[in-house]
Amino acid sequence: MADNDIILKVCDVSKAYKMGATRIEVLKGVNMAVVRGQFIAATGASGSGKSTLLHILGALDTPDSGHVEFEGNNLAAAGNARLNHYRNKSVGFVFQFYHLLDELNVVENTMLPAMTGTSVFGWLAVRRSIRKRAVELLDRLGLASRLAHRPWQLSGGERQRVAIARALINKPSLLLADEPTGNLDSETGNGILTVFDELNRAGQTIIMVTHDNRIAKRAKKTVQLSDGRIV
Amino acid sequence: MYKFILPLRFLLKRRITYLAVVAVALCVFVALVVMTVLSGLTAQFKQKAHNFAGDCIVSGKSLLGFDGYESFIDILRQQPYVRSVTPVIRTSALAKAHTPVGETNEVPREIIGLDPNTFFNVTGLATSLSWHSRDPENAFVVQYDPQLPGCMSGIGILVDRDEQGEYHLPRQTPLVSFEVTVLPLTARGSPAKAATDLVNTKTFWLSDTVNSGLARVDWSTIYLPFDQAQVLCGMNLQPRRTTALHIRFGEGVETEAGCGHVAKLWSNYLSQQASPSDLMRQVRVQSWRLYQREMIAAVETEQRMMSVIIALLGVITVFIVFVVFYMIVSHKSKDIGILKSLGASAVDVTTMFLNFGLLVGALGSALGAIAGWQFLVHINDLEALMLRWFHFQLWNRRLYAINEIPNSIYGEVLLAIVASAILASVLGALAPSIRGARKPPMQSLTVNRL
Repeated sequence: MADNDIILKVCDVSKAYKMGATRIEVLKGVNMAVVRGQFIAATGASGSGKSTLLHILGALDTPDSGHVEFEGNNLAAAGNARLNHYRNKSVGFVFQFYHLLDELNVVENTMLPAMTGTSVFGWLAVRRSIRKRAVELLDRLGLASRLAHRPWQLSGGERQRVAIARALINKPSLLLADEPTGNLDSETGNGILTVFDELNRAGQTIIMVTHDNRIAKRAKKTVQLSDGRIV
Repeated sequence: MYKFILPLRFLLKRRITYLAVVAVALCVFVALVVMTVLSGLTAQFKQKAHNFAGDCIVSGKSLLGFDGYESFIDILRQQPYVRSVTPVIRTSALAKAHTPVGETNEVPREIIGLDPNTFFNVTGLATSLSWHSRDPENAFVVQYDPQLPGCMSGIGILVDRDEQGEYHLPRQTPLVSFEVTVLPLTARGSPAKAATDLVNTKTFWLSDTVNSGLARVDWSTIYLPFDQAQVLCGMNLQPRRTTALHIRFGEGVETEAGCGHVAKLWSNYLSQQASPSDLMRQVRVQSWRLYQREMIAAVETEQRMMSVIIALLGVITVFIVFVVFYMIVSHKSKDIGILKSLGASAVDVTTMFLNFGLLVGALGSALGAIAGWQFLVHINDLEALMLRWFHFQLWNRRLYAINEIPNSIYGEVLLAIVASAILASVLGALAPSIRGARKPPMQSLTVNRL
């Protein structure tokens, strides 16, 4: 495995939270490397630290010690502007509870990362092409008839597919999914995993967190977390 | 782009924001109505005071007046910036009114001695005369007997105002006379008739009324011919004296600059006198504002106090908007987390909420301004309805010399109110926005409220 194939490298990452007077060590010196094009499932019991690890990988949280390298760049050394750029362009996030904005319709929610990353005039220049891509993505995900709907008018599975479309709009190198089927019935969850399979076959690197081993089996590689360590 | 789209959506979709809009609108409405009416009343009052006094007043420091005024009038009339100048005598007197239905006791009155040929060119009172508005130079001519010595009275001495603030006078001059008693004083301030009667008394027949619009003046002043007033006050003795010269400047002459020229002119005039009297040395030149500062200051103080109250209202607005925004931003904690997880910076999130504040402020201001404008347009009709239905009047016209409640909106007042309201809204949004934007993304995503 060549070094330039490694998209993400986790080096001795530790993280602890304080709950009152108690200090809870969630991650204890985690090391891992993610190769471009991999579909990794991080599994573990509740409280094993898998979601915390995913948040640190997506720069939504910071490690207490250790660091994460994305395409050779240390995220811990990056300033706020670079971290914002990383979250906007390099990573796509799919959350368990979708996290769509109720004030925006399906297309607007999908376009939101593209809007976030451009100025007003820049947006006016790329608006049409971004909208076209958003509609194409939503079409691919079976939501062509739902473009003008608001999140609360959609089913759980549909909302999660909107979240996936939003995560992919900026063509990120890495897709991070936190229990993407955790809030869905098995049939709908299966549909979401099929989408992930297709994306991965097209070359998308995916890291998915799940507590369900059956779902983890859909990934090409599984990483087991237990008591804050990869086992 | 979302920084503009989302605020608009928040505004349309969140009912709580309507509260902020209504709070801003109400404050703008109240501020606009109060400031417009108050500014209008002050401006009206100042206009009346200006109308009554002319532009510039050259006056002595006491009732004794000053001498040498006649030559100075000639000098003033040669100045290109002076349109007209008139001598005026002001003093206090006792006056007893005789009417067809009886006579009143003697009451203290203000006396103004004036020359109708020049006085009405300096002041704007000619149109306020009841029977001589077309020939003000004959204002002292008594209609029913031109041989009688005439006088004018403040209109409030003769009749009371009705509920609409109107005075109703008969078509013909009523048979009213005033017995005026004045204590004449020498140039040194001692009684001029110490060895005889002490006072001068003369009866004048009503020839007209003056409606200056200044309640205190209209209810207490009797106007006499200048030469008659001079005799009554003992100012006709050589050297003749007057208490003041009132000056009207030409078009385009700035009042303060004109007064400066007159002051310089008086100073030169004084220096040319071989032995100017003490009274001449005490003469001062003042603009109409300064001359009537006691009257104007009271009104301006009221306006300032109201401005302070309005400013406090502004502080309350900021607080209300702050509370509303705090609630909105608190409820938007998760949205902030979502936006930040998608790459939005803290500055972007703050800007978005400031745009929201701007939008609320602009919308609230627009609604408040429109409502205020409509209210002001109909304020006199509304007051008339209140009077008809509930016998309530904002200002009792029998007591206050106001005809209509002023309702002309001043552009600068409107602009200041709207700008303050928008600024207040933005400030109200600032603190909670910064607080929300500074939260780490995960903290915002996992906590529902700030």
